[in-house]
Amino acid sequence: MTAALLIDFGSTFTKLRAVDLASGEITGAGQGPSTVATDVGEGLTAALSDLESQMGTLPEFKHRLACSSAAGGLGMVTVGLVKELTAEAAKQAALGAGAKLTGAFSYGLTRGDVAEIEALGPDIILLAGGTDGGNADMILENAGTLGGSTLTCPMVVAGNRLAADDVGAILEAAGKTVTVTENVMPELGTLNVEPARAAIRQVFMDRIVHAKGIDKAAAMFDRVLMPTPAAVLEGARLLSEGVPGKPGLGPLLVVDVGGATTDVHSVAGGEPTGEGVIPHGLPEPHLKRTVEGDLGMRVNAQAIAEASGLEALAAAAGLEPERARELLDGLASDIERLPVGEDEKRLDQALAEAALKIAVSRHAGSVNIVQTVTGPLSVQTGKDLGAVHTMIGTGGVLAHGDNAGQVLRQGLADPAEPRSLRPKAPELLVDGDYLLFACGLLAEKEPDAALTLGLKHMHPVRGNPG
Amino acid sequence: MGSGNNQAEKDITLVTGVIGADTHIVGNRILSLGLEEAGFKVVALGALTPADEFVKAAIETAADGIMVSSLYGQGELDCRGFRELCIEAGLEGILLYVGGNLVVGKQDWADVEKRFLDMGFDRAFPNGTRTEEVVEALTRDFAARAPRAKGKT
Repeated sequence: MTAALLIDFGSTFTKLRAVDLASGEITGAGQGPSTVATDVGEGLTAALSDLESQMGTLPEFKHRLACSSAAGGLGMVTVGLVKELTAEAAKQAALGAGAKLTGAFSYGLTRGDVAEIEALGPDIILLAGGTDGGNADMILENAGTLGGSTLTCPMVVAGNRLAADDVGAILEAAGKTVTVTENVMPELGTLNVEPARAAIRQVFMDRIVHAKGIDKAAAMFDRVLMPTPAAVLEGARLLSEGVPGKPGLGPLLVVDVGGATTDVHSVAGGEPTGEGVIPHGLPEPHLKRTVEGDLGMRVNAQAIAEASGLEALAAAAGLEPERARELLDGLASDIERLPVGEDEKRLDQALAEAALKIAVSRHAGSVNIVQTVTGPLSVQTGKDLGAVHTMIGTGGVLAHGDNAGQVLRQGLADPAEPRSLRPKAPELLVDGDYLLFACGLLAEKEPDAALTLGLKHMHPVRGNPG
Repeated sequence: MGSGNNQAEKDITLVTGVIGADTHIVGNRILSLGLEEAGFKVVALGALTPADEFVKAAIETAADGIMVSSLYGQGELDCRGFRELCIEAGLEGILLYVGGNLVVGKQDWADVEKRFLDMGFDRAFPNGTRTEEVVEALTRDFAARAPRAKGKT
């Protein structure tokens, strides 16, 4: 048997998946604590003995690949010129690289901005601005400002090609570590986020993993390849696109309702499906990740209640508003709490449903009617996800909850909200074995096995209309 | 990229588009192609472009001029405050042209032109203006300006 070991160094747990590469079957799973704060090897050793106790003996692993969201994940700050243009493109690149975006700046950086960035202490800064041959002043000025800061983190430059070398030189002269890559927006309205994503990933592998001490146990595995959200996104891409000779699932959506945030990944062009609908605004990246920082089952349970309304949330849970309020207060002070009793389970279900609906609505595009002299016109901004074939739920509440189907169905298009371009009739699947990250890690080296693994283990939800 | 061979225009970037809730794209497309042909770098925003998107595009591309088309008679409303928007965004000296069916009904062109020049446009063109005339005007206007420091290194 040729086997691979896939490792997720999470913020709470170190998770392992053992995979048989010939059959694409999962052969074991292990879990240990997250021990990045002391020695990452301890948690990994514990997880390995857990795995060994299941498998009998551990096989010889051909690959031992890891991703990590430990030690705060990959914290990033982005800087661009116009908020809706290069600053937005820079944000898309950072999110697509699996970053936890802690700050997004546009136009010139003020002293206050720099103080804020210094306080945020990002792992990487992505500096963009200007189309190729366009504005150069601002990115040069911002490079000077960042150069004068006390920041020591690596910086990735992905702005105006004509200014990029000078920007790199300014930052290097100021003692910063710099990677210069292609512009995130070479022409106005053209997104080019892949080179920046690749550069960020390289910096992550080369420097951030070491800076966070994840390479302390380097002898126990091959490499930390990417942040965990990037591995999930790569897994989604592989499942959507397939490999030569083995088609994937086509356009798809992955939703991860977590404790602190809700992540939505789409692998879809998002072109208009309605007749006569005209797309407007920045083109959307085919591979898009959004992170809703105010929608989390624990850290942000209160925020979910605010976004959806306490009354509505309580009604969905079948609880009195006072009872829901009481339980919410409890969750805020106990963020690792697992639901106990019928009331808490029902509240959790309602929280997950609300978070998923809001997150998918924000990720999906919308269509607006513009009145023109020649009559009304439908204008689309963002992605039309109406034709998405598959929606996959991953993460705690969706993997372990009793009623994942009911949660996922909240993300579907609703005739009562025709302007929101959510999926109409996708097949609903659940990543019950938490394997998407493993598919993403394996995608590069063993794409066939990774695809087989993913296709076999995304389980249809009960009562699936598809 | 322009296929023209006029060296002087090579580094001049122009933003074009049809302002407001106006779907008439053909004339603007002909203009954009003609400008590229003449060697300008054209950033074409197309139909249904709000005023602020012209300005944002001009900032990001360090444009030298903005060419606003309006064909549906609402141009006067849509273009009100356009120069002020540019000044607010730090594009004080940017060249602004407007052209098309700018007003409703039969009105004296000199009168219409004056209204748009008063709004801060450098030139206004009636419907039916040939692209060559616009190119000539651009060439003259840019020649008359001292080369502006626009941060193109």
